[in-house]
Amino acid sequence: MSKYEVVIGLEIHAAVLSNTKVFSPSKNSYSDVPNENINEIDLSFPGIMPSLNKEAVRKALKMSMVLGCVQPDELMFDRKNYYYPDLPKGFQITQVTKPVGINGKVELYVDNHDFTVNIHDIHLEEDTASMDHYDYYTLIDYNRAGTPLVEIVTEPCIHSGEEAVAFLEFLANSLRYCNVSDADMKKGHLRCDVNINLKNENGEFITPRVEIKNVGSISYVLDAVNYEVARQIKAYETGIEELVQETRRFDEATKTTIRMRTKEDAVDYKYFVEPNIPRIKIDKSWLKEIRKEIPSLPNERLKRYIKEYSLSESEAKTLVKDFELSNYYEECIKIGINPKVAFNWLSTNIIGYLNKEFMTIRDFYITPNYLKFIVDKINSGEISSKQGKELFNYCLEEKEEPSILMKKHNLKQMDNSNELEGIIDNILKNNLKLIEDYHNGKTNLFGFFIGEVMKQTKGKANPVIAKQILTDKLK
Amino acid sequence: MFEGIEELRKKLDSGKLKVKDLAQQAVDASKKVNSKCNAFVTIIDKPKIKENKKSILSGIPYSAKDLFSTKGILTTGSSNALKDYIPFFDATVISRLKKSGAVLTSKSACDEFGLGGTGTTCHTGIVRNPYDENREAGGSSAGSAVAVASGVVPFALGTDTGDSVRKPASFCGIVGYKPTYGLIPRYGVLPFASSLDHVGVFTRSVKDAAIVVDSIKGPDSKDMTALPKTDDLTPLLDGNVEGKRLFYIKEICDIRSYDNPSDELKKSIKLFNEIIEKAKKLGMQVIPESIDQKLLNAIQPTYQVISCAEATSNLSMYTGIIYGPRGNGSNINEMVKDYRAHGFSSLIKRRLVIGSYVLQKENQERYYLNACRVRQMIIDKFNELFTQYDGFITLASGGGAPLFDGKTEVLSNEAVLENHLAIGNFGGFPSITIPAGFINNLPIGINITGKVQDDVNVLNIAYALEKDIKFKGGLHE
Repeated sequence: MSKYEVVIGLEIHAAVLSNTKVFSPSKNSYSDVPNENINEIDLSFPGIMPSLNKEAVRKALKMSMVLGCVQPDELMFDRKNYYYPDLPKGFQITQVTKPVGINGKVELYVDNHDFTVNIHDIHLEEDTASMDHYDYYTLIDYNRAGTPLVEIVTEPCIHSGEEAVAFLEFLANSLRYCNVSDADMKKGHLRCDVNINLKNENGEFITPRVEIKNVGSISYVLDAVNYEVARQIKAYETGIEELVQETRRFDEATKTTIRMRTKEDAVDYKYFVEPNIPRIKIDKSWLKEIRKEIPSLPNERLKRYIKEYSLSESEAKTLVKDFELSNYYEECIKIGINPKVAFNWLSTNIIGYLNKEFMTIRDFYITPNYLKFIVDKINSGEISSKQGKELFNYCLEEKEEPSILMKKHNLKQMDNSNELEGIIDNILKNNLKLIEDYHNGKTNLFGFFIGEVMKQTKGKANPVIAKQILTDKLK
Repeated sequence: MFEGIEELRKKLDSGKLKVKDLAQQAVDASKKVNSKCNAFVTIIDKPKIKENKKSILSGIPYSAKDLFSTKGILTTGSSNALKDYIPFFDATVISRLKKSGAVLTSKSACDEFGLGGTGTTCHTGIVRNPYDENREAGGSSAGSAVAVASGVVPFALGTDTGDSVRKPASFCGIVGYKPTYGLIPRYGVLPFASSLDHVGVFTRSVKDAAIVVDSIKGPDSKDMTALPKTDDLTPLLDGNVEGKRLFYIKEICDIRSYDNPSDELKKSIKLFNEIIEKAKKLGMQVIPESIDQKLLNAIQPTYQVISCAEATSNLSMYTGIIYGPRGNGSNINEMVKDYRAHGFSSLIKRRLVIGSYVLQKENQERYYLNACRVRQMIIDKFNELFTQYDGFITLASGGGAPLFDGKTEVLSNEAVLENHLAIGNFGGFPSITIPAGFINNLPIGINITGKVQDDVNVLNIAYALEKDIKFKGGLHE
């Protein structure tokens, strides 16, 4: 492998969340009933004209900022002309001349190394209708026709399937963080085309660029890259297969790529500026307003969790992939819970509970402040960690503040030395033989004695004080 | 009927004339004119009447070019490709006229989808000039021009992409007004070339043109190119043109610019000079300006390239799948091909091929993008002139309506004269043609064009000239 450098560029379409379609007032929402959210514009009846959805523009500009792109001074759209049954106008309104963002840059981290993804551009466009093909006919559903999409095009600067996956995860998370898209690949909110070819040690391209269309999930992207890289290397080295610039598709069943068409069949889209949408100046203050809404992003969080909070990469990913969960975690740290402790509570208690109850963290009763109360009580020794866990469960069961429940259930460690001394004296008195063994070198019996103390105090003994007394007594 | 809108209003309000009877008159006249001139695709036998007492247009009958979508009424674009198409929504201007109580009595024939300047490519056959049935009415809004010139209705809607309102107005001896781009919304109007397409009106007086435009102009949430609200034009018509400055282009309207002018052209320019004298008498200054002949010669090819390019894209929606007669074929590509091959006339197909060619990757820079640049040069030149002038005055055509046999060979700079009104479409300038007089018993118009959103000035100049010319549109029996 090291003989070759893998060069990958990604083109990703993301379905943008909005009330209405990007150029028509029809509803933008999924419907089981075909052709329900349509009007004359979506079906392209004669005389229709586009009217641009400001919310879609706002979201596209926001993603442009997330990707570190330069925003244009004005909005402009172009026509991409081609005939296909899912495109009723015979052209798609998209952006070529002045996209909502160009020349972006994203810093990412994967497998213990930093890498940069350069963004060629991000543009706003309309989706096509969806089609169901049968043996002798095809059904067209125009609900999706005209819904807003952002297309993100990276430079060919990604060098492995793992990097491609890291970028896609970042992108999907960012889209969700910014409420731009639900970004669920399985539901088609995110569609990814992968361009791959290889360079030799001298940095020269040795295989033609192959585009793999519409890969259906993030893990398939990894599979597709791996297969395609192996295929190109094999073809290059053995010459058994001719390599040409072509478009292929990923076959999920066999995890292979299959030829769709070669370069010769490429369509000339005859782009020109869309005359029915006048150029619209973009107000600087509007951009400022949009920028303010962007939360701290998943790549920044991932790196901070690993570098500053000492979480492992996979631990950090668990949090970052869920915006609300990550926000909860950040709040915990902000109010002073130790980052590692906060993560442990989340991973061992909270996430499991949420999954079991089919809940999101938003509806979770124990706020970061309640959690801090419990953690603080454990740290100060007022309750044991076992009692802490009990208190946590009481909170969830009784939906009551932990301070009240601690009193109600009498959760408190026994830290009265006299009282503990009496109990310990009693234990030692009944185990003289073991004391002798202890002094003869069986020091692990110390644990047995502590265990006895806990048993007799029903776990309420403060272990620090109990240990101190026991140590003194056994001298 | 040859009365203007205000006169008809008075008759309706006084009860001398009933709305129903007026509509019936229009329907009867439509049928009569249709048998002679073939001006209509659809004559609405029982027009829907819904009066609006607050509007001056209430009860006034009108005709609309068959490019305007009319809910429940056949809208063909004068093409076989849409020969049975009935829209389920109204174009914005149609719904505005409906609200004002105007009564749609017919849909008029035009060159197929507005692509043409002769009125001879309608799927219902050629449209004939009411002054001479062996001659064109001009195009593409041929039927609408005939309807107004023949006294069928006091006003009609047209569209103007190169000169499709202002040229037929000249040939039919009526007023044809295309306001500033965006003043009248285009939603629901079958497109030709969106960056050049304008809605325009035909009337028999400048004031009527202002009245109609006032009731259909204004912002539209469905058309992003529509302008924000503007003041009404009619109240601002005062005919006061004292001190206004007009220019004409020597290369177009000076007989000395032509090597071997035809008799007709000589007469036309003589008429033009008479009007200039009248304009001067009204207190206006009229000054000749010179424009690089190369730039003038570029108007027609620039128009061809841009309009064909946009048309290729705009007409791509006609596939015969969702609407229109389905083509035959064993797959969708064959079906679309069959539909378009049979639906479109050869003229349109030629233009679509040109449009497709100039947009191709390898040709786009040389043809389409250069045409866009030349368009901008022409706009800049006129905007520069408009900083010194209130308007540009010119002949709307080099003579009266041509014969159908089309034997008249047009000289190269006469070709400029026949195509220069497209300047108004390049820049979206307000532009109006008014009748100027007759040459060889055929009407001919002059045209006033002004700077963007200066419609009031353009209309006022036309209004003053119209009064003084003393020839009002309309074919008097």
